[in-house]
Amino acid sequence: MWWKILLLVGMSLIIILTFTWSPPQAKLGDVSRIFYFHVPVAWVSVLAFLVAMLNSVWYLRTKNLQFDTNSGIASKLGLLFTFLATVTGSIFAKAAWGSYWNWDPRETSLFILLLIYGAYLALRSAVPEETKRAALSSVYSILAFVTVPFLVFVVPRVFKSLHPTDSIVDKNLKIQMSGQVSALFFPSLLAFTVIFFWMYYLHQKVEKLSAKKEV
Amino acid sequence: MPTSLSLWASRVLALLGKEIKTELRTRYAFNSLLMFSVVTLTAVSFSVGQFALSVQVKAALYWLILFFASMAGLAQVFIKEEEAKTSYLLKLAGPASIIYLGKFLYNWVLLLVLQVIIIPLFVIFLDLELSNLALFLTVSVLGSLALSAATTIIGAIVSKANVKGALFAVLSFPLLIPVLVAGIEGTQLATGGARFSEGWGQLRLLVSFSVVMLTVSLILFEFVWSE
Amino acid sequence: MLGLKLEGISKSFGSRRVFSDINLELKAGQCCGVIGPNGSGKSTLLKIAAGLLSPSTGKITFLAGEGEVSRETARFSIFWIAPDLEFYGELTALENLSFFARIRGIKKDNSEIVQQIQRVGLGKRENDQVGSYSTGMRQRLKFALALVCQPQILLLDEPGSNLDREGVDLVEQFIQKSRPNLAICLATNNPLETKYADFFITLGQ
Repeated sequence: MWWKILLLVGMSLIIILTFTWSPPQAKLGDVSRIFYFHVPVAWVSVLAFLVAMLNSVWYLRTKNLQFDTNSGIASKLGLLFTFLATVTGSIFAKAAWGSYWNWDPRETSLFILLLIYGAYLALRSAVPEETKRAALSSVYSILAFVTVPFLVFVVPRVFKSLHPTDSIVDKNLKIQMSGQVSALFFPSLLAFTVIFFWMYYLHQKVEKLSAKKEV
Repeated sequence: MPTSLSLWASRVLALLGKEIKTELRTRYAFNSLLMFSVVTLTAVSFSVGQFALSVQVKAALYWLILFFASMAGLAQVFIKEEEAKTSYLLKLAGPASIIYLGKFLYNWVLLLVLQVIIIPLFVIFLDLELSNLALFLTVSVLGSLALSAATTIIGAIVSKANVKGALFAVLSFPLLIPVLVAGIEGTQLATGGARFSEGWGQLRLLVSFSVVMLTVSLILFEFVWSE
Repeated sequence: MLGLKLEGISKSFGSRRVFSDINLELKAGQCCGVIGPNGSGKSTLLKIAAGLLSPSTGKITFLAGEGEVSRETARFSIFWIAPDLEFYGELTALENLSFFARIRGIKKDNSEIVQQIQRVGLGKRENDQVGSYSTGMRQRLKFALALVCQPQILLLDEPGSNLDREGVDLVEQFIQKSRPNLAICLATNNPLETKYADFFITLGQ
């Protein structure tokens, strides 16, 4: 219970401080503040994919339907967060680069992630029978995950990147943020991750309750 | 008990042979593939008229047409077994891996045959310049290998689902993006006068993608195939 | 000589339970009859034994002498005949059977296969497309396929369905002749067929 209060306070602080305390980034100005929301949300959308895939693997190994339910929940949340990431990203894109969508590699990757979630959920809704649905969607989620390394390799070569490359992590993969920025960014990252897992467990509880209700 | 490699191969080829035979008699899949490609190609050629297309655009069109033709023609590979109820015959006949490999090879052969027909059409209607023929053919062959590797198991998944229509395309597209990108770039190079060695990166990508997809599909196919 | 053992087999489709806790031990030379009202799951049980469906719970083992063999090994020796089994309509009878033999890894000449097709009374029609066959002819063709495959475990689901008197006699001959070497499981409601069984499993209670 205590952590929920901590989350509430922490999240509120983060939101307020983003607009008041954090320093605007040199080149892009005030609009870069969205970075504190956009990046954590994008991170969570990828995390959700990982969670969904791991649950799929576990389902195939144990045939326990709970894992498949988890996979479905993680994917729905993933879709939500990907959508949020796309929206926040577009707002930033319009302000910083002049148009809402540019097929920049990161934008494209997010879009592909959106397609994968959409396809996965479309598959789930096309199979009414539980065990079959579980088997088919687990297989698909693993297939999609396996494509990711190729996407990461291939997508940046289609268009040149507009994303600020040196803001967080430079060529040597060292964290390049100043103290103030870090102090706000990492808690935000943590807070969004906690929110994701909280929603994840809440959804699981709801599914269990509605399953009980049907019986 | 039969375990030798050559026996395995002959069993897979038996399935491939059956597929080709039935296809020759019904022409369902191939007609879809061919009709789609020809119609789209002529429509584009007609609409473009005298306007000259760049190498990039032609390469993209080539793979676009291949992609959509695959969506039209490769979707039924397992659905037709479910609908005709012949899947029981297959299940009795052999282990899942043999069934998968036979179907995969069949899809690949379908695409190769399609390309034999539409490549000349591309040259004629869209003035596609095959400046580096070897690279172009290699990209086409490996690209169709990759296309088949990814779509065969999707075809199996879709055959077990209820809504069959667009589901195949929806599920396939995200997985095929690497293939499309590598294919388009490779074809660009081949029709733009590049040397064969410049295409290595794309070829490597297509090969590694195919290997990974085939391996994962072989492992996962059992879960889709068995009830 | 193979035998079949089912322990604690149950099957549900979603929330609909078809049957539960089915136990059976079948040895070569025995014939087990599976009886029960329509919808009690006879066909489902046979499909599970044939490996076409997986059971929701339970274990299937294949017995060879005193020991067991894996399903992979046993797979080559199981055959299933049922109304649900369909051939490829675009292929001829001969092509269907030779395809099946090849994919099973069985080496059989075309002439041997034609012989089996003739044995079930489909004489001159081996080169006709199965699409042109009547249901009775298809049923006979399934037996021809069984002759080609020489299984050790045979699962028969309503074997006499769609057959005329001659066909029924053929089935009787087939069963009587192969009985000593075969473990047979027969699902039927036809009292004329239940006479083949040594013992019974009743579903739908």
